[in-house]
Amino acid sequence: MLEVEDLRVTYGGAVQALRGITLQVPDGKVVAVLGSNGAGKTTLLRTISGTLKLHRGKIETGTVTFDGRSLGGRDASRIVAGGVVQVPEGRRIFSRLTVEENLRAGGMGSKDKAAKSAAQTRVYDLFPVLADRRTQRGGLLSGGEQQMLAIGRALMAGPKLLLLDEPSLGLAPRIIGQIGEIIREINRQGTSVLLVEQNATMALGVADLAFVLDVGKVSLSGDAAELAKTDAVQRLYLGHGAGDDTAVQQAAARSTKTLSRWTA
Amino acid sequence: MNTFLTLLLNGLSLGAIYALIALGFAIIFKASEVVSFMHGSLLLFGAFTIAKLNDSIGFFPAFICGVLATAGVGLLVERLLINRLRGAPLISLSILTIGVDIMMLTELTRRIGSDILNAGHPWGGDFVRIGGIGLTENRLYAMITAAVLIALFFTAFKFSSWGVAMRATAEDGETAALMGIKLGRVSALAWIIGAGLAAVAGLFLVGSPTPGVTPGVHAVALRAFPAAILGGLDSTGGALAGGMIIGIAEAMASGYQEQLLFLGRGFGDVVPYVVMILVLLVRPSGLFGTKELTRV
Repeated sequence: MLEVEDLRVTYGGAVQALRGITLQVPDGKVVAVLGSNGAGKTTLLRTISGTLKLHRGKIETGTVTFDGRSLGGRDASRIVAGGVVQVPEGRRIFSRLTVEENLRAGGMGSKDKAAKSAAQTRVYDLFPVLADRRTQRGGLLSGGEQQMLAIGRALMAGPKLLLLDEPSLGLAPRIIGQIGEIIREINRQGTSVLLVEQNATMALGVADLAFVLDVGKVSLSGDAAELAKTDAVQRLYLGHGAGDDTAVQQAAARSTKTLSRWTA
Repeated sequence: MNTFLTLLLNGLSLGAIYALIALGFAIIFKASEVVSFMHGSLLLFGAFTIAKLNDSIGFFPAFICGVLATAGVGLLVERLLINRLRGAPLISLSILTIGVDIMMLTELTRRIGSDILNAGHPWGGDFVRIGGIGLTENRLYAMITAAVLIALFFTAFKFSSWGVAMRATAEDGETAALMGIKLGRVSALAWIIGAGLAAVAGLFLVGSPTPGVTPGVHAVALRAFPAAILGGLDSTGGALAGGMIIGIAEAMASGYQEQLLFLGRGFGDVVPYVVMILVLLVRPSGLFGTKELTRV
C-alpha cells in the first residue's frame, strides 16, 4: 500500500507544486488522480518515483511510504527494486532501441533471470503486437503501440504498484478505450495502479478510488463511481450535465451586479 | 604507388589509435553528457605509469597496472566530481575536466622533466614489410589490438546488458532512471572504459616512430578530439570513422609534405583540425551524430 502524508514539494526552493497532499493507494486497487494542468499530478509521480532531484525539486514536509518503507529521497533505481515503477508521460520509449531492447531496459533493475523471462512472456501475452514487432526500432511504432511498449517496459520490472502518467495523451478515442482495458487487466493480475489522467471519463471508468487535485491540494476524493456523479467533477472534468447551467447562472449573477460609485 | 600504400597503412594504424581515444570521448559523452577534455593527460598518465613500472615488474604486468591505474583515475574523477555535481550545467562539468587536465599535466610534466622515458615495449622499432609497403612493428600491434578492442566494445555495446543500459541512458536519462537503470553506475563504467582505452592508446602512441614518453604526447592525444567531433560526438561508430579519417589525413599530409610545401611545414599537425572544420561545415552534427542534439 502506498501512503502519501501531508506532502509538500517545491521546485528551486520557490515554486510550491504540492501544498500538503494526503492520499492512499490500497493494495490491489486502481486509484485515479485527476486535475488540470499545473495541479501537481506530475510532481506527485516524480516524488513517488524518485526523479524529483533531476528536476531540482525538494520534499519540504510530509512522507511517502510504500509497504511501510519510506520512499522519500531514495534513488530511483531502489524504488523500482522495491516494486514501484512509473510509465512516464508522453511514453518516452527509447526510439533507437528495438522493441526487445526496450523491454530489456525495463528489466534492468533486477538480476533474476527467471522473473524477467516470465515478465517478458506476460508482456507479449498482454500485447501480442509487440511480439510481432520485437526486432523493430521503438521509434517506428504507432502512438498506441508505443504506449503499449511503455507499459510493457514498466511491467518488465515486475511492479507491485504501477504509476501511469497520462497514458491517454495524444491517442485516438478507440485506443484510449483499449488502454483502459489493459489497465483493468493488469490490475486483475494483481498489480495496484496509480493512474494520473486528464481524461476523466477513462480514468473514472477504470478506477476504484479517485482524488482530484487542484493547485497542489486534494480538493475532492472518494469512490470513483460516486465521484463521477458529483456536480463538481461533472462540470470540471466530464464537461456535461448540470455544469453548463451553473456556469450560465453564475455569469448571469455576475452581470446583474449593478455598478455603483466608488466612495471608500 | 608504394609510397601511397605505405602512407595509407600508416594512416590506418595511427587512425586505430585515435579511434581508441575517440571511442572513449564518445562513450563518456553518451553516458554522462560531459565532454572529457582530460583525455590527453589520462593518456599521458597511462603511458607514464607503464614506463615507470616497467623496470621493476616487467612490461606486461606494467601494462596491465597502467591501464588499471588510468581507469582508476577516470573512476575517481567521475565519482568525486562529475557524479557529485550532477544537475550542474553540463558546460561547467566539461570545463571542470579542463581544470583536472591542467593539474594532471603539470604534475606529470614535472615528474617527467626533460627525460624521454621508455615504455619498454618488447617489440622494437623494426619495420614489417608486406610487399613493398612497410609499417613499424609497434603500429602493426597497435592496429591489431585496436581492432580486437573495438570489436569487443561494439559486441558488448550491441548485446550486453551494459550496452542496452548505456544506449537507453544516452537516449533518455530520466526514463532510464525510471526503469531502474542506475545512472551513476552507467556513467562510472563509461569513465572506466574511456580512461582504460586512453591508456592502451597511450602505450602505442609512445612507441616507435614516436621516441618515448614526453609531455608532448598530450598534444598528440588531443588530435583524437577532432576525430570524435567529426564523427559526431554521440556516435560510437562515428568515433571509429573519425579516428580513421584523421589518422589517414595526418599520415598523408606528413608523407606528401614536399608536395604540400606551399602550405608551410608541419601541415600534418594541423590537418586534423582542418578536416574537422571542413566536415562540420557540411554536416554540423558530425558524420554520424544525432541531428537534434540538444546537449552541450
